[in-house]
Amino acid sequence: MEITVTVNSGQHTLDVEPRTLLVHMIRENLNLTGTHIGCDTTNCGACTILLDGKSVKSCTILAVQANGKSVSTIEGVISAEGQLHPLQEGFKENHGLHCGFCTPGMIMRSIELLENNPNPTEDEIRWGISGNLCRCTGYNNIVKAIEYASAKMRGVEPASTEPQFV
Amino acid sequence: MIAQSFKYESPGTLAEAISMLNKYGEDAKVLSGGHSLIPMMKLRFANPEWLIDINGIPGLAYIKEEGGIMKIGALNREADIEHSDLLKKQFPIFGDVTKQIADPQVRNRGTIGGNLAHGDAANDHPAVMLALRATVIATGSNGERSIPIDEFFFGFYMTALQHGEILTEIQIPIPPARTGSAYHKLERKVGDYATAGVAVQLTLDKNGICKAAGIGLTNVNATPLRASRSETALIGKPITDETITEAAKYASEDCSPSSDLRGSEEYKRAMVAVLVKRMIHKAVERISG
Repeated sequence: MEITVTVNSGQHTLDVEPRTLLVHMIRENLNLTGTHIGCDTTNCGACTILLDGKSVKSCTILAVQANGKSVSTIEGVISAEGQLHPLQEGFKENHGLHCGFCTPGMIMRSIELLENNPNPTEDEIRWGISGNLCRCTGYNNIVKAIEYASAKMRGVEPASTEPQFV
Repeated sequence: MIAQSFKYESPGTLAEAISMLNKYGEDAKVLSGGHSLIPMMKLRFANPEWLIDINGIPGLAYIKEEGGIMKIGALNREADIEHSDLLKKQFPIFGDVTKQIADPQVRNRGTIGGNLAHGDAANDHPAVMLALRATVIATGSNGERSIPIDEFFFGFYMTALQHGEILTEIQIPIPPARTGSAYHKLERKVGDYATAGVAVQLTLDKNGICKAAGIGLTNVNATPLRASRSETALIGKPITDETITEAAKYASEDCSPSSDLRGSEEYKRAMVAVLVKRMIHKAVERISG
């Protein structure tokens, strides 16, 4: 079936089987392998992307369902001038990633989280990323990374980026 | 995991979708949020030949109050329900339940209609709809049909929806003043199905006598269960420790949970009793508050 999808502002016309999952289309047809497949069962959130601006798990959506829609993946988050997104910067500065497998999903989810709630409390951040698993269990620094991005995006000086050992 | 091959249609109108369902017969399934159906297809528990995707049909995602009835379009995402002040003002229970359904990304896709039409006693909206005494509207080639929620759930993944019908709306009577509602499910982690879940809606008169009670139970029975004896135990009486304990006892006796990884039958019955008590207290607090 022929579909047309906008991915990170580039339009693609692709021929996919109806059973092709959106995550497979992203990774295999478009070779954008920053979107990861973790559990493949809607649990872990590693495959989180934005579909028309909403964070969703691309392992549980058919590629044909993205026909005519806009998809954003981690590859499109950096600015055209090569400037890291505040969330990317936050993860880098705050040791928000260990192995890095969950990071693209964490960042894509957090983009929508900060859009809906620009100044979330720690509880709201933890609730907001409750659909994303980090099996290195580096949650404290992930939360700090999101707090850093929130401050940056509001034009406030982010708190210290000293790593947190709890 | 990839599903078995199927054919895909995305009709632009409800009439078109219904005519496709009639044309393809029992080999067709309706695709809404897809967060129950697609996982089942990936695991090959479900192998429909046709998927009729209703996501592109406009006009199925409203929330409006009309003539004392709250009307909720079936295609509302859980996130829409979670953030609807109109709905949560009348029914604070929706704030409780949507927060506990899966996780934020899933709530961006999963729909309230799909949550009911899937016919799974482990889903959370069925118990809520029992407590709120909802009516389900099914639309087929002969028009709309109203199905009281007590006649909707038939068995494991079985509902009163007939072949060729699509669940299009949920109607909930707006309760009188001095009504409160609450839901909680005990879950091991975010996104888990309930070990046990309890939905309560109570109406009290000005003397504190219970005028109406609705109590629904999640995942402790083959079908979503109304705790009828518990409701009867409250109606006409003041809400005291004694009546609450009686209602909790009946619910724990009348459900039939099975022992599994989430706990033994005995444990689940005990948790039903605890949750019934807590949700009655919370509903009452919301009336006074």
